[in-house]
Amino acid sequence: MFKKKECVAMLLAGGQGSRLYALTDKTAKPAVTFGGKYRIIDFPLSNCVNSGLDTVGVLTQYQPLVLNEYIGTGLPWDLDRNYGGVKILPPYQGKGGADWYSGTANAIYQNMQFIERYDADYVLILSGDHIYHMDYAKMIDYHKKTGAACTIAVLDVPLSEASRFGIMSTHEDGRIYKFTEKPKNPDSTKASMGIYVFTKEKLFDYLIADAKDENSSNDFGKNVIPAMLGAGEKMMAYSFEGYWKDVGTIDSLWEANMDLLGENPVLKLNDGSHRVLSRHENAPPQYIGPAAVVENVSITEGCEILGTVRNSVLGENVRIMEGAVVEDAVLMGDSIVYEGARVSFAIVDRDVKIGKGAVVGKKRSEAKGVAVIGEGVSIEENAVVADGEIVSDKGGLV
Amino acid sequence: MTAAGIIFSNIHDATIPELTSRRTMASIPFGGRYRLIDFALSNMVNSGISKVGVITHYNYQSLLDHIGNGKDWDLARRTGGIKILPPFIAAYDNAAAGRLYSTRLEALMGVMSFIDRCTEDVLVLSDCDVICNVDIKAVMKLHEQRGADFTLITTTVNTAVQSLDSHAQMPVADETGRVIDMAEYGNEQGEIKVCADIWVANRTYLKRVVSEAMAHGYKSFYRDVIMRNLARDKFYAHEYDGFFARINSLESYFRCSMRLLDPKNRVNLFYRKSQPIFTKIRNSVPTRYTNDAKVTGSMIADGCVIEGTVENSILFRGVKVGKGTVVKNSILMQDTVTGDNVRLSSVITDKNVTIRDGRELCGCESMPFYIGKGVMV
Repeated sequence: MFKKKECVAMLLAGGQGSRLYALTDKTAKPAVTFGGKYRIIDFPLSNCVNSGLDTVGVLTQYQPLVLNEYIGTGLPWDLDRNYGGVKILPPYQGKGGADWYSGTANAIYQNMQFIERYDADYVLILSGDHIYHMDYAKMIDYHKKTGAACTIAVLDVPLSEASRFGIMSTHEDGRIYKFTEKPKNPDSTKASMGIYVFTKEKLFDYLIADAKDENSSNDFGKNVIPAMLGAGEKMMAYSFEGYWKDVGTIDSLWEANMDLLGENPVLKLNDGSHRVLSRHENAPPQYIGPAAVVENVSITEGCEILGTVRNSVLGENVRIMEGAVVEDAVLMGDSIVYEGARVSFAIVDRDVKIGKGAVVGKKRSEAKGVAVIGEGVSIEENAVVADGEIVSDKGGLV
Repeated sequence: MTAAGIIFSNIHDATIPELTSRRTMASIPFGGRYRLIDFALSNMVNSGISKVGVITHYNYQSLLDHIGNGKDWDLARRTGGIKILPPFIAAYDNAAAGRLYSTRLEALMGVMSFIDRCTEDVLVLSDCDVICNVDIKAVMKLHEQRGADFTLITTTVNTAVQSLDSHAQMPVADETGRVIDMAEYGNEQGEIKVCADIWVANRTYLKRVVSEAMAHGYKSFYRDVIMRNLARDKFYAHEYDGFFARINSLESYFRCSMRLLDPKNRVNLFYRKSQPIFTKIRNSVPTRYTNDAKVTGSMIADGCVIEGTVENSILFRGVKVGKGTVVKNSILMQDTVTGDNVRLSSVITDKNVTIRDGRELCGCESMPFYIGKGVMV
């Protein structure tokens, strides 16, 4: 028995996130740690829950182990439901054969059955690589009110940056008349956030047509949205204001983490209206030692700080030993920085050991780029990792 | 060997009236993010016990709120799981079983129906105010090997570190570990072997001796169940040598808490392999320290914002320390907010306390200054 759900959310979490290099060797991008105790996927998932959506399909494909474990029954998000809840949707073998998800649209196409089970009127498409708080319910209301076939969330970006995004040109009432992917000479500053609300029938019609088109790359941005526009469907832009960041690159991931710091952080996680829920580890409180220095940092449970930490974000169970100095860095968790080691302007993935006296990265003012240490790597005593260097143990299934 | 657990949640409430006026002993906050019952519950769960009865008495709303359906301890089960056992009071009966209990023995009589329904080989009984991390599985194994009826977990405490009161029992064991005598604590000083008040008992044996005691109108668990049967039945002691604390006054609460700031104790209690301490999850954000924060020798839970100085203190979840504020040798419980330029020294604030700008409050180690739940200073 399935209860009808007015809207089902489909979260695209199968991407590799190759621009995160070593950070996605063993995990899918949505499962990359963010802000100490979160994973990127916590943001869209929490947004769903905070918007009253209780049925979420998570489409996985690349390195799904960590992601599957992390989502589990959906308990941390209150999505362990008898009706609905969160469901992992991997590619599967059907009667006609087995296919990997060939693109974002194809992933939804292969799971139309899932949407149909809940007899949904609307489908919300999300991606698992953005950090933002958003009330999807308002966007769905807007979609219903305008009677659109598809509503696309847009963010006003500076004209100088517009050429990095998919840009929507709209009439005054918000109706989209043109969509250009990364335009050289943008005529609008409304950038697509990769969040779509579709009326189900329309979505299905275009997905089925797209699946029949052999030349299509089965992608929403490249194929489905242009096809709908071309056919004259009513497509609306829904303007969003607030913090939104694509954390698909090393630099933007580092920056977004830093947005959590300061006296009045740009990215707030503890505003009552939008709690970010996550799966917690059971770690004891953090311990700050007698000689420790902690300035402008965000620290999570289980950490033990005996050295110096400045302008950094530390995840669970990070240990900074005596005389070690960590500056302008993101340490994702379960790592240890031994005595006298120095980590500057870096992202350090989980389960990393940085040996005594080792030096990772350079001072931010002098560095070429962010140094990256991949999951499970051990940096030997007194070793040097250059600024901007990416160290990985190339583990995981290749 | 299968086991079920029973926890006495209101035991010794009267010893800390400040902290238990509105909660059970079991739900006293401790160690930055825990409640006392978390230690007894985690000990059981880590030993593979998946059915635990929690005997309550009065004031147990805060305990229910903490435990919820038990999922944070993996005890939300269809089979077994956590069972709250409220006091059983018969409407028309004046027999012993029909009154609100006042001792462990009477409490056990009140939950006979729970014990009757258990099918496990042994029952693990635990007080809720013992702060330790015991491998009960190892105790059960030894219990089985020795063919014991009853095993008492003991520990050796130094009275200079841990104060004892007359509730404490001092067992005397022979070289095989068999308990041959037991005495109440007088006022001895030094290293003293006492019962940790965690017991492993064969279920059928416990049922029998409790029923016998009930039939005789006995009252005390130690005197009437254990000591009367020492000679006849097989009572063994098992020494636990890890961190142990027991709270019996506000001063001892303060001292036991401060012992956690010693890294050795902290590691001993919280970082035992495969024996984590579980507690209710609160979804706090990580703790944020600003540029002006100066923090040393302190244990700090998540969800705090620290803009001032914190030394040698324990901060629970969601505490805010304002600019120019100095917190020393203090325990600030959940959601305590201090304004700017506040001075706190040897202070315990209960939950949701607000301290306004510029206030200076000071207690001393042997008499910490306590501020009650929700008070604004």
